[in-house]
Amino acid sequence: MRRSSRMRLLGMIRKESLQILRDPSSISIAFVLPVVLLFLFGYGVSLDAKLIPVGIVIEQPDSATQSLAGAFERSEFFRPYHFDSIQSAQQMLNERRIDGILWMRSNFSSNLLAGQEAPIGVIINGVDSNQANITQGYIQGTWLAWLSRYAESRGHSLPVPVSLEQRVWFNAALSSRLFLVPGLIAIIMTMIGSLLTALVVAREWERGTMEALMVTPLRIGELLAGKLIPYFALGMAGMLFSVALAVWQFDVPLRGSLWLLMASSALFMLVALAIGMLISIVSKNQFVAGQLAIIVTFLPAFILSGFLFDINSMPEWVQLITHLVPARYFVAILQTLFLAGDVWPVVLSNMGALLLMLLFFFTLVWRKSHKHLE
Amino acid sequence: MTCFRYILALAIKEFLALLRDKRSRMVIIGPPIAQLLIFGFAATYDLNNVPVAIFDEDRGVAARELVSRIDGSPNFQVITTISHDSEVAPLIDNKEVLLVLHIGQNFSADLMQGRTAPLQAILDGRNSNTAMIAMNYLRTILLDYNLSWLESQGRSGPLVSLQTRAWYNENLQSRWFIIPGIVGLLTLVVTLLVTALSVAREREAGTFDQLLVTPLRPTEILIGKAIPGIVIGLLQATLIIVLMVLFFEIPLRGSVGALYLGIVLFLLSAVGIGLMISAIAATQQQAVLGAFLFLVPSVILSGFSTPIANMPQLVQWLTYLNPLRYFLVVVRGVTLEGDSYALLLNQYWPMAIIGVASLAFAGWLFRNRMY
Repeated sequence: MRRSSRMRLLGMIRKESLQILRDPSSISIAFVLPVVLLFLFGYGVSLDAKLIPVGIVIEQPDSATQSLAGAFERSEFFRPYHFDSIQSAQQMLNERRIDGILWMRSNFSSNLLAGQEAPIGVIINGVDSNQANITQGYIQGTWLAWLSRYAESRGHSLPVPVSLEQRVWFNAALSSRLFLVPGLIAIIMTMIGSLLTALVVAREWERGTMEALMVTPLRIGELLAGKLIPYFALGMAGMLFSVALAVWQFDVPLRGSLWLLMASSALFMLVALAIGMLISIVSKNQFVAGQLAIIVTFLPAFILSGFLFDINSMPEWVQLITHLVPARYFVAILQTLFLAGDVWPVVLSNMGALLLMLLFFFTLVWRKSHKHLE
Repeated sequence: MTCFRYILALAIKEFLALLRDKRSRMVIIGPPIAQLLIFGFAATYDLNNVPVAIFDEDRGVAARELVSRIDGSPNFQVITTISHDSEVAPLIDNKEVLLVLHIGQNFSADLMQGRTAPLQAILDGRNSNTAMIAMNYLRTILLDYNLSWLESQGRSGPLVSLQTRAWYNENLQSRWFIIPGIVGLLTLVVTLLVTALSVAREREAGTFDQLLVTPLRPTEILIGKAIPGIVIGLLQATLIIVLMVLFFEIPLRGSVGALYLGIVLFLLSAVGIGLMISAIAATQQQAVLGAFLFLVPSVILSGFSTPIANMPQLVQWLTYLNPLRYFLVVVRGVTLEGDSYALLLNQYWPMAIIGVASLAFAGWLFRNRMY
């Protein structure tokens, strides 16, 4: 009896594996997509602004305005363009060719020499508010550095009551790649686990081969296990591959232990598979399954997982919703394991949450997958 | 004349195939609205109530004044005070706080004697963008603090100050940037899926060959297949834009006509790419996966969440093939910047070219790719 059960299971696994191997699109989701995504994110996507095009308007050039303009020219953050009237600079800003304007009015230097206030007008294109904030920060930094140099050159020092010393742990250089790449692994795993599984099982329903499977002596548990095991293997292979790329290609440090990374990934993979399975059982056709998989797994993993956007800053009710997104827990685990190390309280609490989700979704799958026809 | 009747009949058939199934109807209409609402609130780079721990070894009035300024800012929330160095690491490691502010013993003394008093900030850099934004908030608070300290001492601040104004998004709310982006994102997702499956479904069922032997010419099949995607995309985009303006109160400053010209061209290119994927795919599964393989990079490389200007040159060139890239400029241009046709011309023609080229290629594939 046990032997025939094993044979049935092995047969099912063999069928599923062959299906994966024969369809180039499954393999490409598991291996090509991770490579493309990791390379795009690793090299292509960066939140670190560099060479921001700014317009510098000097209405009356002299030594003071020159030294200020020089500070911006020497900075590694700016690519300055020079204008002699504010109108022409504003025109460029309108056309999106520069991101900001520094405006020194004609009375700038005379006020400065007379000991009166000489404000610099700064206009920033605020459409991309995040970049605008970063640009503003760089302009402020350059301005402060110039102030102290200018004061020194005139023989006194700039009074700075409190100065800020920053120490950023885990990512001292504030390179966005180091947090984007681990977060991306969660997204890739979500896609392999949920999207692929959802489509595959939905196809069996659509083609009627699910009914054919039902008349076989396969038990429901064997059917589920036979479907899941090959995709689990595919997902874990994709995971290992992504970790290797992250560490060797993108120099993301892996400060935690590899076995813990693998254990939590396996747990997450099972949750993703269970969700994919559930989607396919509920939808039973590939169009609906594809839509649902993108809507309930990929987009939330992208936006609600804390991968890009800070969860603590979301409204209370959205934060509650994020607790239903498994990627949220996995992103926290990944960012901690890669950058901080084995921080047990973080890893264990998030793994606990994943375990609860796993139990919940597997129970649902089990109860929904009756072996009978509609 | 008969040509139009044929196309109309085919388009009606396509609509029926799509909307007959209750579940299909639901996934087209329901989720995009729910997503706009949830993501609209979720997708923001602005930080509020960042948890902060204070490690104050000075306990002077000046230090207290600084702490109360930080606690009073909507961006920060002091959740705990610590008294020992060893408490810093667990707080940050366990993600209980994002930021620890260390005020040294001589803080007040330094300030009183006119020396520069250091303030140490220790940040969790696991999400470096969040860390950097928090740092910027802190700097702004500190700049104000320094100025008012100098004033209270009867000394003047620096003569040269910055008077910063932001255009288009005056309060620098990232919601104003992200939500118009979501219009493009959701429209692309639905249009692509609707069209990517349309040919593949018929291929799988074997009815595509039948369609090819009808008096319909490939161009007519193409147009008939394209119409549902464009109509559904147009309705959906309109719905999302109405919600965006009425519910999220994003301004619509430019010309609505310029926006709709952008939407139509964008839909044309999305439908073209969707049909192309559909014509290449042999099965529906391949079509969905193909749509996905296109969708993910095109979202990432569109400037939706990270600026194109920060990408390396090679990747920037790649983004020129991405219709979403142009459409996002149109949506944000019309809503926030108040643009009209002239300023958006450079966004229109690439989308038109992508649309026409992909549709032509899809039509060619209809005839020349048989299984």
